[in-house]
Amino acid sequence: MAYMHIGKDFVPPDVPGKVTGRIKYAEDYTRDGMVYARLLTSPVPHGRIVDIDAKEALAMEGVIGILTADDVYPDGEPQSTSLKILTNEPTLMGEPILAVAAIDEKTAENAIAAISLTIERQPFVLDPLDSLAEGGANAYNGGNSFVYREGFVEEKWTNDQLASFKNGNEPTAEAQQSWEYGDLEAGFAAAEFVHETTFSTAGYPHMSMEPRSAMAYWENGKCYLHGTSQSLTALAEPMAGIVGVPLEDFVFINEATGGGFGQRSRAASIPSMAIPAKFSQKINRPVMMRISREEEFTIGGARQGLQGWIKVGFKADGTMSAMDMYCVSDSGGKGGGFDANSAAAGVSALYQTEAMRFRNTSIGTNTGHRGAQRGPGENQIMAIVAPIMDKAAEELGVDRLEIRQLNAAKNGDVSGPQSTPFTSAYMPEALQQGAAQFDWEGKKGRARQTNGNKVRGLGIGQGYHNAGRSGMDGIIRLMPNGRLQIHNGVGNLGTYSYASTSRAAAEVLKMDWTDCDVITGRTDRHLAISSPQDGSNSIFTNTRTCFGAAQDLLAKMKEIAAMDLGGNPADYEIDGSRIYKSADSTVGMTYAEVAQRGKDLGGKFTGESDLPEELDTLSALSVSRLAGSALMGVFHDPRHNNNPPGFTVTFMEIELDKETGKFDILDLVTIAECGTVVHPQGLANQLVGGAVWGIGLSVLERHLYDPQNGLPASNGFWQSKIPTYLDTPADIGTGWVDLPDPENPVGARGIGEPSMGAVSAALNAAISDALGGHLFDASPVTTDMIINHIAGISEEAKPLAQNNFRG
Amino acid sequence: MPATSHDVMPDIELYQPADEENALELANTLGNDGWIVGGGQDTYGWLKDRNKSPAAMIEIAQIDAWKGVKETADGIEIGAVTTLTDIANNPLVQAKFGLLATAASKVASPQIRNVGTLGGNLNQDARCWYYRRGLDCYRAGGNICYADSPEGLNREHAIFGASRCVAVTPSDTAPALVALDATMVVASASGERLIPAQDFFVGPDRDIVNMTVLNEGEILTAVRLPNEWANAEFYFEKVADRNVWDFALVNVAAAIKVSGGSISDARIVCGAVECTPRRLEAVENAIRGQQRSEQLANDVAAIATEGAEPLNYNNFKVPLMENLVKRAIRG
Repeated sequence: MAYMHIGKDFVPPDVPGKVTGRIKYAEDYTRDGMVYARLLTSPVPHGRIVDIDAKEALAMEGVIGILTADDVYPDGEPQSTSLKILTNEPTLMGEPILAVAAIDEKTAENAIAAISLTIERQPFVLDPLDSLAEGGANAYNGGNSFVYREGFVEEKWTNDQLASFKNGNEPTAEAQQSWEYGDLEAGFAAAEFVHETTFSTAGYPHMSMEPRSAMAYWENGKCYLHGTSQSLTALAEPMAGIVGVPLEDFVFINEATGGGFGQRSRAASIPSMAIPAKFSQKINRPVMMRISREEEFTIGGARQGLQGWIKVGFKADGTMSAMDMYCVSDSGGKGGGFDANSAAAGVSALYQTEAMRFRNTSIGTNTGHRGAQRGPGENQIMAIVAPIMDKAAEELGVDRLEIRQLNAAKNGDVSGPQSTPFTSAYMPEALQQGAAQFDWEGKKGRARQTNGNKVRGLGIGQGYHNAGRSGMDGIIRLMPNGRLQIHNGVGNLGTYSYASTSRAAAEVLKMDWTDCDVITGRTDRHLAISSPQDGSNSIFTNTRTCFGAAQDLLAKMKEIAAMDLGGNPADYEIDGSRIYKSADSTVGMTYAEVAQRGKDLGGKFTGESDLPEELDTLSALSVSRLAGSALMGVFHDPRHNNNPPGFTVTFMEIELDKETGKFDILDLVTIAECGTVVHPQGLANQLVGGAVWGIGLSVLERHLYDPQNGLPASNGFWQSKIPTYLDTPADIGTGWVDLPDPENPVGARGIGEPSMGAVSAALNAAISDALGGHLFDASPVTTDMIINHIAGISEEAKPLAQNNFRG
Repeated sequence: MPATSHDVMPDIELYQPADEENALELANTLGNDGWIVGGGQDTYGWLKDRNKSPAAMIEIAQIDAWKGVKETADGIEIGAVTTLTDIANNPLVQAKFGLLATAASKVASPQIRNVGTLGGNLNQDARCWYYRRGLDCYRAGGNICYADSPEGLNREHAIFGASRCVAVTPSDTAPALVALDATMVVASASGERLIPAQDFFVGPDRDIVNMTVLNEGEILTAVRLPNEWANAEFYFEKVADRNVWDFALVNVAAAIKVSGGSISDARIVCGAVECTPRRLEAVENAIRGQQRSEQLANDVAAIATEGAEPLNYNNFKVPLMENLVKRAIRG
């Protein structure tokens, strides 16, 4: 289909501000009378605050006040594992205990140093398997796990059960969570090749460039919070709840965000933003709370580490006939994370496993807060499974591309425990396109070829994430000057989807993009509710709402035209910012004229009546505040059917130096299968950014805590090793299948998360290939592991380590 | 136990002496209370974390006399506050002592090299993360080594020369300077002394607190490279987790003289395996008089790691070090 905007590059409105540095992040704002808060954080991984002696600090010149957990939770702290604003019961080192406000940061810092804490230490644990042991420490005061609707529980395995698992065997303890489909026994019976192994994947921090600094002030009973988030309107109501202010009196301001990656999509994962809000309310001064890099690491969240057992069977032709997976998931010090479930569902979606069983037990450790990080679960497990696919191919004598084609998701396929159909699926096409762009046929013969101490390795990786939601709202206005204002509630987390989804409205109305304004950045600009910007959903979800709002507006325009110019609404069409009779294009109105007429008419044309009943609270509030101001399109999106997938495929060639354990990526091509492409440049950026991150997951990023004292070592970019330019190939090839999805009005689906998973899977597969098919059954595969493997060194590393990964 | 990420500089007096005489006088007057700062890359982290609290900083980066590369009768002299970028790009260094130019170009990242100085790279403190986090380890005046313990995280630590502390030399230029038989020029208010690079660095067995022989009031002002090793056959390689912006897991610097097809002399030094750059004299002796070859490299590499005592998580350093030595000999 020929589109005016969809599939075309454009310059998102915030780009000039980012290029020039003029765009403002939370830390860039000031306010008259603003004071500065600093945090005193927990010096122990698990404990209770018995006493806080702040007399000396509060007597210091320039100190304004102190905020403690008793201030923010006067009725007592919530008894759950969730992140708290401040706490007297820390369960990880670095958790905020109190804040001090002063006239400047240095004074606040000096005051913090003068505060004496009396802490009752509690036993701590860093490895879920240590906590599962008989007599092992529990991370939380109520147990070592928090089960939905049950609360705290204590999970313990017998020493024999633990030892057996550590020795590579299937866990025998009853799991907290399980699902299965198909006939597992028959699937394994039909298998010609069965691979069974334990595995571990490391958790690691999200590492957003922008720390979660926040500034807040109160004015005329309203709380204004400058913060950071992946989402914008999705965050407003729950954040207002955390601050303790009615939604109508809460303004969240978040023009730009320096990275979220999963841990800033929802208010519950960034309650620290409530500290300056609560503090400002207490001392009646604007409060800036700057968060340091180290604090960002300690309270900023982390991907879940998985310790698991997997058994997978393949028929003689390469069909994956059965998979059995059992995970122990690290829920960290504050609970959270559903990675294991997503990992299993991801395998089901990507490889169309005929029969599958999934079991999981989540165990807390006194390490960072866990939550979704780009492709939570799917991206870890694909790095484990991809080399196993290659092993199966080798054992069965099937080409590595062919075994993936055989198991690829196609239109009409289903996945997961509910056998949910895909909205559409074109994985075979993606594999074919990737193979052609990479020249798989030409290169596959180079696998394992040696040149001196160097050896080539080839890998194919695949990525998946459910990539679309619905049920949100759209609000647009056609102004009397003829401009279109799109009140988009999508956050600006760097993907530009707030702008690219807005273009669906411009598409419907056939408007020049230069005549459109994306209204965003702060909730008092009266925005529509959007889904939290996680789960690769924004493109699918919010093109639906913008498209729907534009259709509502168009219907109103036609109704006005028919009312004023005669005929029926169906007699009219649009082009060139005019609405005119199809039969006689000279009979019409400009958009400016129809907008003014709509404003004059009021009522349903300006959002004063006849609104969709299902509008979200925030959307309804926004519409009520905009009512009467302009001709308005308002839309509530009904639920879509089935599972809109985001798929990726990566082909990679590496050259590994057997003497140093280092490798160069010689070629990397990633293909997206995400429906119709909305913004090619944005998509390419997603694929390249995902590739860099995928490389990090596979070989660099790790989570270090000292077992002796629970102190996090991964507190900066030194020990938490994000890849650099020189760790990534200069050129990363990208491409896309670009076939429309029927559940989206412009045919689009999301892609953010799978763009990383396919690359990590391909890299692990390529390393395995270069090493003759050796399976590390772990991610990351670090330099030392490769050197040790080549040298035949069996290091006494902790079995299945995922925190403290490789010391 | 470190409770809080401070990330705020405490009040510190800042002195910016106009010339070397003024700087040495300040160093003498302030003694250990005066923190010498060049490019600041090993300074501000310590101070912002408040794990070191000097009363004053003496900034020396602006002192022209200690900056730049100049030719001398017997080689070249490099001022200690010359940036690593300037050293890596200097034509004289590149022409005669490419080993150092390469080593300097491998330090950290371009941004850090643009402000980081040679003196700073040589004098930087141990990068053991336990020590950097302000824990009360031996090096910090306590009575424990957190890294050298049954549960300690020690992947990046020493395989030689442990003596209470197992931190390694983090410098990339130090092994190159030892291989080039450099001389350190150390000045104080009472005069100047010259120290062979090999003797400049000290391990925990001699000094658990300091990593160099610099005394209170002394400043490293220059490094001299003798022509004796100019235009030898050089080899430098650094293996780190990341290809930029990282410290070495192991690095190697070699200067080899070949005469008549045979190795007439050699100096081979490894970093990140011991608290000081580890000169491999046994390997040098083994290859002297031999022809450079794959066979020779394979035959002698194991000598490099004789006596190595890996910790729980750094066994890999043994084969890695041997392999790097092999590559240095192969050329």
